[in-house]
Amino acid sequence: MTEGSSVSSLDTRHRYEIPEGVLLQFRVAGPIVRACAWAIDLAWRSLVYLLVATLMIYLGGLGEGIILIGVFLIEWFYPVVFEIRSGATPGKRAMGLVVIQEQGLPVTPGASMLRNLLRSVDFLPFLYATGVVSMLCSRRFQRLGDLAAGTLVVYRDEPSAFNDPPPVQALKPPVSLSEEEQWLLLAFAERGEGLTRERREELAGLVAPVTGRRGEAGVNALYAYAHWILKGRR
Amino acid sequence: MKQQQFEATYQSVWDEITALMDDLDRKPRQRSLSVEQHLRFPALYRQLCSHYALARSRSFSPARVEHLHALVVRGHPLLYRVSGNWRWRVLQFVFGGFPRALRRQARYFWVALGAFLLPALSSGLACYQSEDLIYSLMSRSMVAQMEENYDPANDRPGVSRERASDTDFMMFGYYIRNNIGIGFRTFALGMLYAVGSLFLLFYNGLVIGGVAGHLSQLGYHDTFWPFVSGHGSFELTAIVICGAAGLMLGHALIAPGQLTRVQALRQRAFDALPLVMGAALMLLVAAFIEAFWSSSEFPPATKYTVAGLLWTLVIVYLGFSGRGADGTR
Repeated sequence: MTEGSSVSSLDTRHRYEIPEGVLLQFRVAGPIVRACAWAIDLAWRSLVYLLVATLMIYLGGLGEGIILIGVFLIEWFYPVVFEIRSGATPGKRAMGLVVIQEQGLPVTPGASMLRNLLRSVDFLPFLYATGVVSMLCSRRFQRLGDLAAGTLVVYRDEPSAFNDPPPVQALKPPVSLSEEEQWLLLAFAERGEGLTRERREELAGLVAPVTGRRGEAGVNALYAYAHWILKGRR
Repeated sequence: MKQQQFEATYQSVWDEITALMDDLDRKPRQRSLSVEQHLRFPALYRQLCSHYALARSRSFSPARVEHLHALVVRGHPLLYRVSGNWRWRVLQFVFGGFPRALRRQARYFWVALGAFLLPALSSGLACYQSEDLIYSLMSRSMVAQMEENYDPANDRPGVSRERASDTDFMMFGYYIRNNIGIGFRTFALGMLYAVGSLFLLFYNGLVIGGVAGHLSQLGYHDTFWPFVSGHGSFELTAIVICGAAGLMLGHALIAPGQLTRVQALRQRAFDALPLVMGAALMLLVAAFIEAFWSSSEFPPATKYTVAGLLWTLVIVYLGFSGRGADGTR
């Protein structure tokens, strides 16, 4: 994978080198998707408030006491409990997000506590205005709580399903290809069947001068080259 | 080595480590693989990492690189995570960790105490001497409410008449939500270059002192002081500790020293966290005392004796608990 410096300065990916000497990469989540996650959590929280309140209202003073303790716990500890258990509140989970340490480890109880205590500052003066400004100013979309706790909110990357290129006879490319060009061919072969036929053929059409074919035949020629790159001569 | 040959050679390694990680994700009792197999994990993981590096440098297909990267990311926390007995750590924290952490940050505590106590004492004295001054601090209705709460004619001092029928447990819930919330906010607002924490300490000092001065001047000694003296020990101390923790955040931002502001903030924030957690526990104790003891109908002499014991307990606990023979202070 070639990554020019111009690309990486635009890129929001967080890279962390682990002791084994390889880079872990995480896609950092921006304000919009996090706001959506927060809204979903808000809905869940309201539901729980309602449930607790309807159940407890019949218990009189005792019930009210339990409601108040419940409200307190939900206000301050709802995110902490979920983050420690699985790294994400239901809202974050629904949006495919997870909270991690900057070192790529699951969020620790202390860090989770800290980032959620500081939520009250990020919320100021209204609706997370401070948090959003902080996110936009930091390279990795961290609100103040994240900065203090050293945590990140990243996408939970599910490895994409393996699409073996369609079975076609391997064919040696007519020109010698640079490493990057080979890599592009492989990417095309793996993702090709996920695209619409028109788009596939349009992309293959771009290299028609090399393959000498257009349409379906051009696509198949590229698949054949990809096979040759994967397999080698044999 | 071409990609397909590479895959054929190492697929078994990836299958083995995937099975191992599945097993490690389960609860300890539900694991099916043997200890010997688990001990192979670090070696397999290093192998996996070098396969990933190889796949990247040889420009193997994106899906294969992504697959190996996903395995590496998944294995990293399994290898490096910290786990332990949290119940034991909670006990250690209560019986030593918290007071030790506080004594390490004693400077911040004294500053926070000053920011709370000076306004409290001065507004207390001023309100004791002038009966109208309280109205510059609080609204008319709040003053009336508070006077009614501690009116000696009130059969349950400290609890307003409308609330008198409510159970103590309800008040317990109310104090928990209200007071611990204030404590947490006093800490968090330290992020505003310490101004937020200082303001809350100062403001709470003014109001609490003013109320005490005003009610004493009205001659409500026997209802007010027995009510507040007991839980005040835990409550006021804890609020000051939260303020001290907030000051640590502010200090890191104002004077980060040789670190960047974010680095300084991170260090201080984790030093401050035990203070906040400990203070929250103290506020929980305070809520319990306030709801079930302060509102009970014991004669003032008993209340004052217990209050004296509680204050001694707080001071001895924070000052001496966790000082070990090994020289820890």
